Parts: sequence; structure tokens; C-alpha cells
Amino acid sequence: MSVGERDPYTGHMTTGHEWNGIKELNAPVPKAVLFFLAATFIFALGYWILMPAWPTGVAYTRGLLGIDQRMTVAESVAAATRDRAVWAQKVIDGDYAAVQADVALMRTVRQTGRTLFGDNCAVCHGQQGQGGKGYPAIAKAPWLWGGEPETVAETIRVGINAAHPDTRVSQMMAFGRDNILERPELLKVAAYVHSLSHKSDAPAATLKDGKAVFEANCVACHGDDAKGKRDVGAPDLTDNFWIYGSDLQGIYETIYRGRQGQMPGWENRLSSLERKILTLYLLDLRQTRN
Amino acid sequence: MVTQLTQNERFLGLIILIALGCLGLVMAAAGQHDPIGMHGWLVVVCSIVMIFVLANGYFAPEPSEARLEHYYDDPSKVGIVVAMLWAIFGMFIGDWVAWQLVYPDLTFDAAWSSFGRIRPAHTTGVIFGFGGNALIATSFHVLQRTTRARLPDQLSPWFVLLGYNLFCLIAISGYFMGITQSKEYAEPEWYADIWLVIVWVTYFLIYLRTLARRREPHIYVANWYYMAFILVVAILHIVNNLAMPIAWNQAKSYSAFSGVQDAMTQWWYGHNAVAFFLTAGFLGMMYYYMPKRAGRPIFSYRLSIISFWGITFMYMWAGSHHLHYTALPHWVQTLGMTFSVMLLVPSWASATNALLTLNGAWHKVRDDATLRFMMMAAIFYGLSTFEGSFMAIRAVNSLSHYTDWTVGHVHAGALGWVALITFGSIYAVVPWLWKQPRMYSPKLIEWHFWLAMAGTLIYVFAMWNSGVIQGLMWRTYNESGTLSYSFIDSLVAMHPYYFARAFGGLLFLLGAIIGFYNVLMTIRMAANVETGDEAVIGNPAAAGE
Ligand code: HEM
Ligand code: HEM
Repeated sequence: MSVGERDPYTGHMTTGHEWNGIKELNAPVPKAVLFFLAATFIFALGYWILMPAWPTGVAYTRGLLGIDQRMTVAESVAAATRDRAVWAQKVIDGDYAAVQADVALMRTVRQTGRTLFGDNCAVCHGQQGQGGKGYPAIAKAPWLWGGEPETVAETIRVGINAAHPDTRVSQMMAFGRDNILERPELLKVAAYVHSLSHKSDAPAATLKDGKAVFEANCVACHGDDAKGKRDVGAPDLTDNFWIYGSDLQGIYETIYRGRQGQMPGWENRLSSLERKILTLYLLDLRQTRN
Repeated sequence: MVTQLTQNERFLGLIILIALGCLGLVMAAAGQHDPIGMHGWLVVVCSIVMIFVLANGYFAPEPSEARLEHYYDDPSKVGIVVAMLWAIFGMFIGDWVAWQLVYPDLTFDAAWSSFGRIRPAHTTGVIFGFGGNALIATSFHVLQRTTRARLPDQLSPWFVLLGYNLFCLIAISGYFMGITQSKEYAEPEWYADIWLVIVWVTYFLIYLRTLARRREPHIYVANWYYMAFILVVAILHIVNNLAMPIAWNQAKSYSAFSGVQDAMTQWWYGHNAVAFFLTAGFLGMMYYYMPKRAGRPIFSYRLSIISFWGITFMYMWAGSHHLHYTALPHWVQTLGMTFSVMLLVPSWASATNALLTLNGAWHKVRDDATLRFMMMAAIFYGLSTFEGSFMAIRAVNSLSHYTDWTVGHVHAGALGWVALITFGSIYAVVPWLWKQPRMYSPKLIEWHFWLAMAGTLIYVFAMWNSGVIQGLMWRTYNESGTLSYSFIDSLVAMHPYYFARAFGGLLFLLGAIIGFYNVLMTIRMAANVETGDEAVIGNPAAAGE
């Protein structure tokens, strides 16, 4: 039988076991450990009595407080909805002009709209709506589909080239890739389109030929004056707003490959209230921006 | 090394390698239209390399019977070097992940280097590559010393060590190719999982066979922990990975569980992986190397018992604290939370036992960076378990969950506890294994220590800050009763902290590289000075340890 020895430093006995030179003291378990074991157990016991805790076959002990997380969530959602109803109902019921005229209500729209926009729209359109390559700068660029509040709301609801059944559809054909135009024609029409918004040093003959190509192929969507058509979502080519780049190369690429940008429809992701707030927020953002 | 194997073992080894190589060929052929085929080739290559190694010493004379009077340390030696290699790989990837969170373009537009693939390469690299190899290597060392028995044979330890590393290679190369079953810390697919089961069972058998031959009447605490680690990890691994492959020549499989049962099984696994891989195994390490290095007896045998059984019993219940406020029924969350709170006591009891063991050796802690590594590890163990129990309280978790606070907690445990105790143990065991009076450079150990401390503190403080800020931003409402901040707002707020974390991680990585250099130089010292042979069984003085 092993015999302990006294550790001179702590004064405790060892257990008498030894493993490759390691010994163990037989020090008692510190009182604090026992105390906290008891304390945490009592805490747990109390918690079990008050809250849903132990399974009993197909059911479980429900706890004296009768709390359940599903109920708690439902209640707090209901409470939050009630709180918001003070202003939410006004936004829902009022027409756009009425809401826009209500200063206090618009403050709420701005607050709420900013977060909604940040969480849903900013990944593509940028946090300030400044856009990026492939995504229009909706805080300032002219509207593709129209800027009436109802029209904007509709665009948000159904999306563009989206999965929504009523989606807005627009497609620019791939004039180069699909061999609709020959390369010289492509170059000329690109130069012409470029000249509509830039000072151009292309020869007059090129621009003239380019214009002819434009009139034969592009005006159906972009209009005789190249100012775009909102019923098909075709952009104005005479202004300084470009989704895919404004230099000659960018324009050539767009004409060569075609474009069919997409925006998801939000009907199934955001409530009509949220979409209305976003519409109002966006119009407000443009107003302050311009 | 091959010369230490008996003729029979060499033959058996060859058979195993040939069988494995053939299996690899079958995988490669049958799975040629699937990523599993690539893994087939990996297995083939690994088998061929090992066959060459074996062939090299195949006809050498048998080792003498006298070997049985010595401990068998070759696998531990290799395991430690491999562990350090994995440490550098895993932490390099970790820091890359961290920089990706600062500069997302650091994926360089490739699929294999995207965040979702290199993140598990990091976690697997550090936990299983670094941690696992360190555990296997030290467990063989500790097991023999504390039982005064040699490992049962020379082949099975190699099978475990090399087989385990093959598992790690398959796992990580798979992530780069996009193979995953999407369970955190259990990402490898079914065939890798089956292989690990075989390896792991062998590992457990080595333990049992050695213990059965022990010449020490009592089983030392460190072995309780190592055994718990091996046994429970086997159970967790098998249950959580139950799955049906879509075809036997394809990598993809479907889990046996679905919905909330799947989530609960996964986090029962996940949390007990923390408990039995990242905690129990390393406690085993601490229980041996710390008293050895300090030259002090364990403070209290009784405290060891309470902590061991407390931890073993209570961790099992705590997994559901990873699923607070989810579809998991409320009562399951209650149990997870309350057991996590009770779990604090045995956890702190372990940390206390460790720190009180240092009583009488504090002057050594001051002068010896190796011992200081172990002491800080015990402190970080206490800290991260306190934090964990706190975060397991539902109300706290409603703030911390999904935030960087969790990541901070993870690394307080992973860097502060797991990595520090491992480095401390490696610095202690390397001179013993290679028969040197000390490590090549004590000064470099100091450097490593302070780099590791600085790295850990910067990492953890950055994540606490960003985590709490995130959590608060996500729950702040404006006076209209809607959310004040968008998610992007919180990302912008994280940016400086992500930078700090990546910098702290870099320091930690540098420390590990210095450590690896120090280990290599110590081994070179040993190669230059021929010292006696292997450690003699039951003779600590002669073995110099
Ligand atoms: C150089 C040191 C290290 C750096 C820079 C680092 C960095 C990181 C990063 C950036 C993440 C991802 C966090 C996120 O997704 O937001 C991560 C996750 C993780 N790391 Fe590390 N790491 C390091 C060392 C370690 C070590 C040594 C271990 C373990 C022993 C470890 C274990 C983990 C684990 C378990 C996760 C997953 C955490 C979770 O899912 O909550 N890391 N690490
Ligand atoms: C008493 C001991 C501990 C308790 C009660 C505990 C509790 C917790 C809690 C509540 C979480 C957050 C779950 C969530 O919100 O998602 C967590 C995460 C985590 N803890 Fe601990 N912890 C403990 C000790 C440790 C230690 C020592 C480590 C060691 C390295 C560790 C590693 C982790 C990891 C890796 C995760 C992240 C899991 C993930 O989401 O990927 N924990 N722990």
C-alpha cells in the first residue's frame, strides 16, 4: 500500500502514488468549489422549476412561469407592430403626396427607409444609391421606367427581368455577338452614340454612317432622339448617366454583347408598407440629392 | 525508423499500404468523374511514398529484444514535427481568412481560395492538424511514462499517426475542391469519416493494450483525460457523421438527420468536440507536462476527480446553447443553458488545480518561458470557460450569438488555451525526446511567448469590441420602432477591428514559425551530439525527464 509523505511547501500530505516523478497532494477540495457547485445547482434547480425544462416522454415540464419562446416572440412582434401602427397606418392609408407633405411622417420614412435600403438595395445600388458598374445610380440617374411614385413602387414590386409574373422586361440585343451588325457598323454606331454625350473627334463621315445604323436598328427602343423610352425601360443615351461605362470601349461592348440587367421583384420579400416606405425614401433621397 | 519495426511488422505494414494503394486506385478509377477520384489519387500517392520509406529499411536487421526495455518514442517525435507544420499551415490560412475579412479581394478571384473554402481549411488545419497531432504525439509519450509500459507494438502507433494525417489531407484538399458535408468541424465526407473511424479505434486499442500492461497500479489523471478524449470523440464522430452517400463512387452524401434534429446532433457534436477534443485532451497534456516542468506535485487529487467527472458529465448536456432562440424547443435550450452554468465550476476547478500546482514554483514561472506558456494557458482556460458559461445564458447569448464575440471566445480558448498549452508542452518534451539538456534557444522561446501573448490579446480584445458593437447595432431601434442600422453599417463598423485581429493573428503566426525553427534546431543539436539511446522504462532520472 502506498504511503503518503508531507509536502514541505504546502504542508499537505501526498497520496503516495507516483508516476514518473509526478506526485499528487491529498489537499481537500477547496470550500469555494463545493459552495459554487451547490450554488450553481440551486440556480439550475430554480430555473428548471420556473421555465420549460425536462422532457416527460411526449411532453415536458412547462415551468411555473408559463413562459415559452414562441409565445414571447409572438407577443413582442405584436407589441412592436402596435407601437409602429401609430405612424404605419398613416403611411399605408395616405396617398404619396399626403405622406410627403407630413414632416413628422417623413422623418420616420427617412429613418426606416435608410435601413431598409441598406439591407435590401445597397448591395447593388450602393449605400447612397450611387450605383456601380451594371447597377444604375438610382439616387440621381434619370428613371428608366418612370419616376411617378406609383411607377417606382410598381418597379420595386415586380422587379426588372425578374422571376415575378408581372416583371418588367427589357432586353438589349447582342448586335455583335449575334451577327446582327458587322464590325464596321458596330464601330460606327458606337462612335455615334458616344458623340451624343461626349465631345467627339470621330470623322464626320463615321458619325453620319453611325447615325444611319442607329436609325435603322436602335430607335425602336431608344427613340428617334435617342432619349430613351420608358415603356420599354430603354435608357436615354444623350445624358451623362451610364450603367455600363461611358467610354467608347464600354459602349462598344454593350452594343456587341447586349444587356439584360436584372432587379429582383420584392413583392414576396417586403410588405407593401415596406415597399411604400422605400419608394418614398428613394424619391426623398433624389430630392435632397438633386 | 523502419529499423525499429520487427520483420513481421514490416510485412504487415507493407500489406496494409498495398491494400490502401489498391483502394486508392479503385476510388480513382470508379470516381473519375467525381472529386472522389482526385482523393483516390491522393491515397495512391501517399501509399506509394510510404511503401518507398518502408522498402528503404525493409531488409535491415531486426531490432534487438533490448528495445522492449525502452519506451518507444519515434512516433511521438514525428508527430510533434508534423504538429508544428500543421500549426504554421493552419494559422497561415487563418490569418489569410482574417485578411480576407478586411480586404475581400484577397480571394484573387479563384474558387478554391474563397472564404467558404479556406475557412474550414483553417479550422481543420489548426484543430485536427495541429491540435490532433500534438495530442497523439504527447499522449503516446505520457501514456508510456505514466504506466511504465512500452507501447504494445511498433506498427499500430504509426498506423494511427500516419492514417490520421491522411485523414487531415483528404479533408483539407477536399475543401479546396468544394467537397463538404456542411457540418462545422465535421466537414469531411463519408469515406474520410469511415477511414477516421478505423484509425481512431486503433488509437483507442493502443491505449487499452498499454494500460492493460501497466506496471503502475493507479491510472494517472492525464490518462483519464486522454482516454475520455479518444472515446468520446469516437462516439461523437460516428453519430454526427451518419450519412448515406448518393453513390459509392461519389463524394456527396446526405446526413441521416434533418431539420432541428440535425442541428441538435451537430451541436451536440460541436460542443463536445470543444469539450473532449479542445479541452479534455489538452487537460491531459497539462496534467503531465506542467507538474513535470514545475517540479511540483499536483495540488489536489480530490479536485482532479471532481473536475474530471464534472466536466465529463456536464459537457454532454450543454450543446444546445449553440441553438438558443432557434426552432429548437425551449426546454432543450433551458437544459443546455443550466448545465453550461454548472459546468463553470468543474472547469474552474481544473484551472485552480493547475495554478495551485504552481505554488512553490512561481520563481520558475518568472524565469522559464516554457512554464509561463503553461501558466498562461491555465489562465486563459479559466477565462474562456467563464466567458463560455456566461455566453450560454440565453439573455447574454441573444447579444453574442452570430457576432464576433463568439469568434473572440473561440480564440481565447484556441489561442490562449489550446495553442499555449501545446507550445509549452512541446518546449518541455522536445529536449526530453531528443535527449538534450534544453531547447536550442531559450531566448527564442521568450520571443515566441511574448508574440503569442500580444497576438492573443490583440485578437481577443478586437473581437470582444467588434462583437459587442455588432450585437448592439443589430438590436438598436430608432424612435419609430424600426432598426437603426443596416447590416452594411455594422460591417463598416467592424473594419478597424478586423484589421487589428488580422495583425494580432500575424504576430501569433510569427511566434509559431519561430517555435518551429527552435524545434528543428534542437533536433539538429541532437543529431550532432550522439547521446545514449532511448529512454529506459521506469527510470526518470536516466531518461532525464
Ligand atoms: C494565427 C492565428 C489565427 C488566426 C489569425 C485565426 C483567424 C480566424 C478567422 C479569421 C476565423 C473566421 C472568423 C469568422 O468567420 O468571422 C477563424 C475561425 C476559427 N478559428 Fe482561428 N485563427 C487563428 C488560430 C486558431 C487556432 C490556433 C485555433 C484552434 C486551435 C483556431 C480555431 C478556430 C475556430 C474553431 C474557428 C471557427 C469559429 C466559429 O465558427 O465560431 N484558430 N479563425
Ligand atoms: C465551460 C466551458 C465553456 C462553455 C460553457 C462554452 C460556451 C460556449 C457558447 C455559449 C458559445 C456560443 C454559442 C453561440 O452563440 O453560437 C461557444 C462557442 C464556442 N466555443 Fe465555447 N464554451 C466553453 C469553453 C470553450 C473552450 C475551452 C473552447 C476552446 C477552445 C471553446 C470553443 C468554442 C468554439 C470553437 C465555439 C464556436 C462554435 C461555433 O459556433 O462554431 N469553448 N461556447
